[in-house]
Amino acid sequence: MTLDQLAVGHSGIVTSVGGQGALRKRLLDMGLTPKVLVSVRKIAPMGDPIELTLRGYTLTLRREDAKSIEVQPS
Amino acid sequence: MNLTLALIGNPNCGKTTLFNQLTGSNQHVGNFPGVTVDKKEGLVRSHPGVTVVDLPGIYSLSPYTSEEVVSRDFLLHEHPAGVINIVDATTLERNLYLTLQLLELRIPTVLALNMMDEVRENGGTIDVAAMEQELGIPVVPISASRGEGVEELCVRAVRAAQEKQLPRRIDFCAGDVHRAIHSISHLIEQKAELAGVPVRFAASKLAEGDTLMADTLRLTQNERQLLALVVEEMENSHGMDCEAAMADMRYTFIEGLCAKTVVRPGDTKEQRRSVEIDKLLTHKIWAIPIFVGIMLTVFFLTFGVIGPFLNSIMEALLSVISTGLAGALRDLGINPTLQSLVLDGAFAGVSSVLSFLPTIVTLFFFLSLLEDSGYMARVAFVTDRLLRRIGLSGRSFVPLLIGFGCSVPAIMATRTLASERDRKMTIRLTPFMSCSAKLPIYSVFTLAFFPEHRALVMMALYFGGMFVGVLYGLLLKRTVFSGSPIPFVMELPAYRLPAPKSVLLHMWEKAKDFLIKAFTIIFLASLVVWVLQSFDFGFNPVSDSGQSMLASIGRTLAPVFIPLGFSDWRAATALVTGLSAKEAVVSTLSVLLGAGEGAELTLLLQQLFSPLQAVSFLVFTLLYMPCVAAMAAIKRELGGWRAALSLMAQQTGIAWVAALLVYQFGRVLGLG
Repeated sequence: MTLDQLAVGHSGIVTSVGGQGALRKRLLDMGLTPKVLVSVRKIAPMGDPIELTLRGYTLTLRREDAKSIEVQPS
Repeated sequence: MNLTLALIGNPNCGKTTLFNQLTGSNQHVGNFPGVTVDKKEGLVRSHPGVTVVDLPGIYSLSPYTSEEVVSRDFLLHEHPAGVINIVDATTLERNLYLTLQLLELRIPTVLALNMMDEVRENGGTIDVAAMEQELGIPVVPISASRGEGVEELCVRAVRAAQEKQLPRRIDFCAGDVHRAIHSISHLIEQKAELAGVPVRFAASKLAEGDTLMADTLRLTQNERQLLALVVEEMENSHGMDCEAAMADMRYTFIEGLCAKTVVRPGDTKEQRRSVEIDKLLTHKIWAIPIFVGIMLTVFFLTFGVIGPFLNSIMEALLSVISTGLAGALRDLGINPTLQSLVLDGAFAGVSSVLSFLPTIVTLFFFLSLLEDSGYMARVAFVTDRLLRRIGLSGRSFVPLLIGFGCSVPAIMATRTLASERDRKMTIRLTPFMSCSAKLPIYSVFTLAFFPEHRALVMMALYFGGMFVGVLYGLLLKRTVFSGSPIPFVMELPAYRLPAPKSVLLHMWEKAKDFLIKAFTIIFLASLVVWVLQSFDFGFNPVSDSGQSMLASIGRTLAPVFIPLGFSDWRAATALVTGLSAKEAVVSTLSVLLGAGEGAELTLLLQQLFSPLQAVSFLVFTLLYMPCVAAMAAIKRELGGWRAALSLMAQQTGIAWVAALLVYQFGRVLGLG
């Protein structure tokens, strides 16, 4: 499944990061690399973006961009 | 001893606090050439002759944003003697990612582990000696906010730079990535030396698929093909594409390093506190009301309490000076025209520049608090959805909102946006947010023409401005800014108490920036307006304001407004004086119509305009080019007169068309 489908409070292991160009590079640079554990903490009041925790910090991402990240729920 | 150190690190890692600690108020803010990215420089207090350059906060040395590119170019081409890489020790993994890229640059580097106090207080430890061993560079634990370890950091950074201690390690990879980087290094060694780029850095970037690097090195077609083969082999054996493989390689090393050197007993107190605060501030229902409440408070305090208070002090001071000056000029027997030049021209110019200061200082006080505490990132998180359609992110929301108060600080506030593209686009949209100086115009006109529906008409004007702004934003998104936007992948930093010093320095910096950059323009504009108002074209002083050059200009321009329904030269003249400050529209109309006190202006306006013409006039006032002070800010932030003037022309064009549509449709509907 993709990261945007992960429910609030759940976590998963990233299996692949899709997309291309600046967005993909940014995702990888921010630590969303294969094998990393990420959990969904919150969804913004208007339903988007989402708030994630990974590598000991908090990151926000738009749903559309989170679609390009495949995760294995854990 | 003269040497330059570069200060670099992720956003929100305490870089600015450290920079302020190092330099005190001894700083100079400029621009990197060709882009509107802040370049801050300062002399290190404790080490005479040592300059620190504060590079923009970035997460990586990839070539996508102008911040990343200027940092990269600075490190590669300006040859700083050393680098201070500051990292947030509470979120070490992500912070060290940039460090690994910096180490490839072959510049003496010192790692500053910031927020060590926080790590310690939460029962964590970092084995500094082991980290130095693993990374091959000096590592200094510090607390920038408390000033701990800053002196030792300076000493070690200066020593590393003087002794040219290069990082002792550049290999952080293993297996297939390692093989690929080495093959590429061999392939491009000479080209990299020719281009003056560190071989290892170039090889890593090429392995990542960075085409900018291939161009920098002027690789031949043949070399590019060989490179592609090596990269393909790496991708196949690593089971990932090159970008992911390189990021994976770096993070794998960092995970190992942290496992060996860092003891971290869960989230820190500050991080847990942030989660608690966010339960309220980004709450599903309460987030937006709280945000509205905070912004209303900021506006109320700025434009209703502190701003006017500071303004009244300043006005009192200025009036004392002006009375004294007037007396002195009279006593000296200077001729009346010259007296008027000094008092109504020069002195009025100075006053109008200074009148912006209280707002700017107060607003930036609050904005720094919001930014430094970490709340601004939450605002972006909450409001992102609203701005996405026009190709912006939630980060632009607050600057646009400030635009309803005053365009000048709003435009200056765009500096905090993470990307140059977003900054430029936000600046272009800001003037569509109807500023508070236009309120007196709306007030007088609605009183004269729509006394029963004043609030409704004003609301319509405000929303009309936003609506046109949205249309303009959509147009920009399709044309000038049609490239893919900088992705909205944003860190939510832990909430922290803002450092008073940083807040004060930021205020001071903005005030100084405004005074220096805007002074000449506003001052000259005031003088020009004075000349135009006081003389006719033969340069004879006029007693009747209808005879002045300004009035003649108004008469010349008046026909332009015939299609919009108001052809009277006095309306045109008022619009021209509105350029010096929007509230001048009302005072000019009042003078030219010969209106005395109170209700007289209402009557005279009713004779001058029909209600439909008044609406058309209001629409034009709402949308046409901003005042000189805003223009000066726009010119500075867009990086030149050409961009600024083109924006002025576009806005005035939009205003003309909008007013035309309103008037002509109104007539068709039989409202005129």
